[in-house]
Amino acid sequence: MSEKTKLSANEEIKIRSNFLRGTIAEGLSDLSTGSLSADDQQLLKFHGSYQQDDRDLRAARRKHKLEKAYSFMIRVRVPGGVATPTQWLEVDRMADQFANGTIKLTTRQAFQLHGVIKSNLKRTIREINQAAMDTIAACGDVNRNVMCNPNPHLSGIHADVINVAQAISDHLTPQTRAYHEIWLDGEKLESSQEEVETIYGKTYLPRKFKITVAIPPSNDVDIYANCLSFIAVVENDELVGFNVAVGGGMGSTHNNEKTYPRLADVIGFCTVDQAVDVAEKVVLVQRDFGDRTDRKHARFKYTVDDRGPEWILAKLNEYLGYDLGPVRPFEFTHNGDRYGWVEDANGNSHLTLFIQGGRVIDTAEYPLRSGLREIAKVHQGDFRLTANQNLMIANISPATRSVIEEILERYGIKNSHEKSALRLHSLACVALPTCGLSLAEAERYLPDLITELEEVLEEHGLRHDAITIRMTGCPNGCARPYIAEIAFVGRAPGRYNVYLGGGFAGQRLAKLYRESVPADEIKALLEPLIVHYARERKTDERFGDFCIRAGYVNETLQGRDFHQNIKAEALKATAPH
Amino acid sequence: MFTFPDHAPFDSTTRSALSPLLAGMDSSQRAWLSGFLASAATPAVSGVDTAAEELMVLYGTESGNCEILADRALKAARGLGFRARMRNMSDVKLDELSGMKRLWVIVSTWGDGEPPETSAGFYRDLMTRDVSLAGVSYSICALGDTSYEKFCQTGKDIDKRLEELGASRVLDRQDCDVDFDEPFGQWLGQALAIWSPQRVSAQAVVDVSPKTAYGKKNPYPAELVESVYLNGEGSAKETLHLEFDIDGAGMSYEPGDVLAVFPHNAPDVVEDLLKASRLQGDEMVQVKNAGEKPLAKALRENYDITALSRSVLTKLQEATGSEDLRRLLTDEAKDELKAYMAGREILDAIHDFVPSGLSADALAGIFRKLPPRLYSIASSPLAHPGQVHLTVAAVRYQSHGRERKGVCSTYLADRVQVGDRVPVFIQQNKNFRLPADGETPIIMVGPGTGIAPFRAFVEHRAALGCKGKNWLFMGDQRYLYDFLYQLEWQDHLKSGILNRLDVAFSRDQPEKVYVQHRLLEQGAEIYEWLKNGACLYVCGDAARMAVDVNDALVSIIQTHGQMDRDAALEQIEELKKAKRYQRDVY
Repeated sequence: MSEKTKLSANEEIKIRSNFLRGTIAEGLSDLSTGSLSADDQQLLKFHGSYQQDDRDLRAARRKHKLEKAYSFMIRVRVPGGVATPTQWLEVDRMADQFANGTIKLTTRQAFQLHGVIKSNLKRTIREINQAAMDTIAACGDVNRNVMCNPNPHLSGIHADVINVAQAISDHLTPQTRAYHEIWLDGEKLESSQEEVETIYGKTYLPRKFKITVAIPPSNDVDIYANCLSFIAVVENDELVGFNVAVGGGMGSTHNNEKTYPRLADVIGFCTVDQAVDVAEKVVLVQRDFGDRTDRKHARFKYTVDDRGPEWILAKLNEYLGYDLGPVRPFEFTHNGDRYGWVEDANGNSHLTLFIQGGRVIDTAEYPLRSGLREIAKVHQGDFRLTANQNLMIANISPATRSVIEEILERYGIKNSHEKSALRLHSLACVALPTCGLSLAEAERYLPDLITELEEVLEEHGLRHDAITIRMTGCPNGCARPYIAEIAFVGRAPGRYNVYLGGGFAGQRLAKLYRESVPADEIKALLEPLIVHYARERKTDERFGDFCIRAGYVNETLQGRDFHQNIKAEALKATAPH
Repeated sequence: MFTFPDHAPFDSTTRSALSPLLAGMDSSQRAWLSGFLASAATPAVSGVDTAAEELMVLYGTESGNCEILADRALKAARGLGFRARMRNMSDVKLDELSGMKRLWVIVSTWGDGEPPETSAGFYRDLMTRDVSLAGVSYSICALGDTSYEKFCQTGKDIDKRLEELGASRVLDRQDCDVDFDEPFGQWLGQALAIWSPQRVSAQAVVDVSPKTAYGKKNPYPAELVESVYLNGEGSAKETLHLEFDIDGAGMSYEPGDVLAVFPHNAPDVVEDLLKASRLQGDEMVQVKNAGEKPLAKALRENYDITALSRSVLTKLQEATGSEDLRRLLTDEAKDELKAYMAGREILDAIHDFVPSGLSADALAGIFRKLPPRLYSIASSPLAHPGQVHLTVAAVRYQSHGRERKGVCSTYLADRVQVGDRVPVFIQQNKNFRLPADGETPIIMVGPGTGIAPFRAFVEHRAALGCKGKNWLFMGDQRYLYDFLYQLEWQDHLKSGILNRLDVAFSRDQPEKVYVQHRLLEQGAEIYEWLKNGACLYVCGDAARMAVDVNDALVSIIQTHGQMDRDAALEQIEELKKAKRYQRDVY
């Protein structure tokens, strides 16, 4: 029992850190190594950066008398994913000057720069801040980037909703001066006594915390996979408030059944004015009741699961001093993006582009990054990063539309979304070579696997049928795989667990279909199902629904059911564990 | 064991008796013995009073070659009864020259016509001050490299200046290319003959170079036992760490010394040259000291077939009678010639001026001997007994539409495999030595392959348990890929032998950052170290880095010592004189 009550190692690090300072500043000035100390690496996440190394190069480095090829990933917080053209150009510039020449649009509507070496870390973060963006709390045991649907059809509503997202983000941003001291040469506080971290306290949250704001019928932000979501309720073209959902989350660990993905429960309704307060109090409930002894059991979803949504609601109402209202009706129909041009009531245009893997990169055949840079130079509206790693060029005025269309044409970007519907509904995390957690490829492999599957789809007339397909290099679930209709989760190099049966709108968890499948057998594994689906699906029946009806997998009802009712043949694969 | 070359004048009994004795000696013992024997071999001349016949052998040296030659000259002169002294320009005052009767000057030229580092003060004095040198008879032997435009410039300058100051030239200056042994021998013989015709014939001392130890004439075939790239995948650079086995060769060295490597030319370069010359390669040619062999083989092994110089072009002109070349070699076309030679090699000249080709003998006649290349040694003999390590950057670039490559660096990178043997010898570099006192702090500035001797320095001080602090400045293009010997420096920092490490990587950010910028950032502390007696060493690129580092140093002394520029320059000179500011730049 004593082991159970012992705080996890990260809690000790936070306590020792003096409000997230640790020895990061000292570590940055030691250029004999490109890495930071183990403790500082943990603290650095709160500042928006992960230390990584190029795993492709690991084997050879020592031979060259070099340490591992350490570099840093910097996650740039963009609440609601809205960035100005100037900000886009700044991120683009920094990608060249300090990173690996690419921009990653993440599954949480953030920018990521990869490959920033230690000697450039401070300068890059400083310049990000100079561009009116920041990185604090982009990672770490705090509230992360607040997501928001970029829906252009209701631009009036979007403006209101994004304001709420921004207000929540601002309110939950850590107050420690450490960020300014370390990265922005802010004045040092005389003593840590002066630090006030009113919401978080000195140990912050037990684990990361994720908030979204959704506008039905689009569930693009995947409210069921997040700790806390606000589902906009619009009546008579006016935002009247939000349904509140709690306790979703993706991460799990292979061979540990105590870990599982979980769908959020919708527990009540709040007004627009109450949203920030509700967000704060939910965070406080997790701060006070979350499990700080076991990081694998520390996410809010376990707090909700262990105590029950009703208990959470009661505690929340107690913290709020008032009660949430009853849940109002809502309906989600999809969680993918709607590509192409749309025009709004004001006459402005919005264009959603498909960005494979969220990677903005120039290749000889497809100079995407250059094209977007040219657009940013003339665009007067904004850029919106979607929760599906895609990009919307929003609020294009009638006057600039033709200019932008010409650029799109010139750089071959115009047809970015003339792809199979499967590809347009795909999502992959970064994985190898930089992510330290990945067990297998994801972003570098999924496009090729989709090409293989497209052959089957084309043959059976399914090119235009949307199926959500997601791949992650590890079970932590950055690309939210467990709610996809088809999901691949890395087990080992070249091997994946295959999950089926997730909901097309992200409303249902998938189930393990086959364990540890070699990559080159995936096509053969799925081909009969696709053929079967093509022949026997009912009108408008989704692939995930079909997989359950046809009996390929059992339906997963909720997180605790995730490891149950798995068919015997799913575990037959002879995989190394 | 010690292996004699075939042409050594000993029978097998003598060989087997001498061999173990010589093998047991270190290079300085051998050098002493060779000089001793050389002078002893010259029959002492009795009955002639030479006591009054003073002679000064004045030398200026960068790599140590001139010092070695001066020593040979000294011994030869003493052997003939001259009261000879040998003086380094770094220690001599200009006024000491007036009143001298006989003067020999042996001096080398570096970089863009510069005098040796340690001779710069003397040289400046000589060029700017007016002293009367009437009554001084002199002769000069100048060392240089014909592949540089200002070949033997320092020797030429001194020659001209001595004459201006009233000294009389008794023998025309001898300008020696990198293969200097033979012309030096000729000069020495003639110089001795002029002052002492009755005692010496010009030929008698031609062969004054030691033949008994491994050296230039007799390099040791060292086995390459390790060759690894120091740059990580993703680098634009190609830097090699090479380890040679010299165990049992009786070659000794100290940190700061240099390893000379005899390369072969690249087969594709030979091929291109043959094609341009419209030759097959199987034509037999006579190679000096190497007998008759097929042209292709001679081009590969014996000749410098790349470095373009006025001397090569002159010979090419003579061999072919090219009118275009004749015009280019006139004094009026000097600038044009310079522009032409920039970035070009012999191959280009043959293409441009002899498009119809030339005979094998004519081609072979234009080349100089393939000189050895010198590399600062990257290992301490205490840390790696029986081995010598190098840090070599493979030189490859494009110019005038052709791919070019460094002869020796790419020979080592591309064609020498682990297990192969490469002819090498050690050359001392007394101008780049750790302080005798192990307590003395040192500051080392070594970007790029300039890091080599400092790896040796730090290893050596670690092995000796020196207490003096060590501070290293290094740099290259990219932190991730070009941090040469990174793991070793981390170990040295951890063990405490390396006290500080500052790095500058030029291509990691929009602005170029070099070691001199890091020096300036740390100016106050550097000044403090210097005040506390630190020695400062610089190794690497001479053309820009060494100049910029020197400027940074002047500025540091000026700022933190609160003095004007002249006073700071004075301090720099003092540091150099005291051997506390030493450079090994190339």
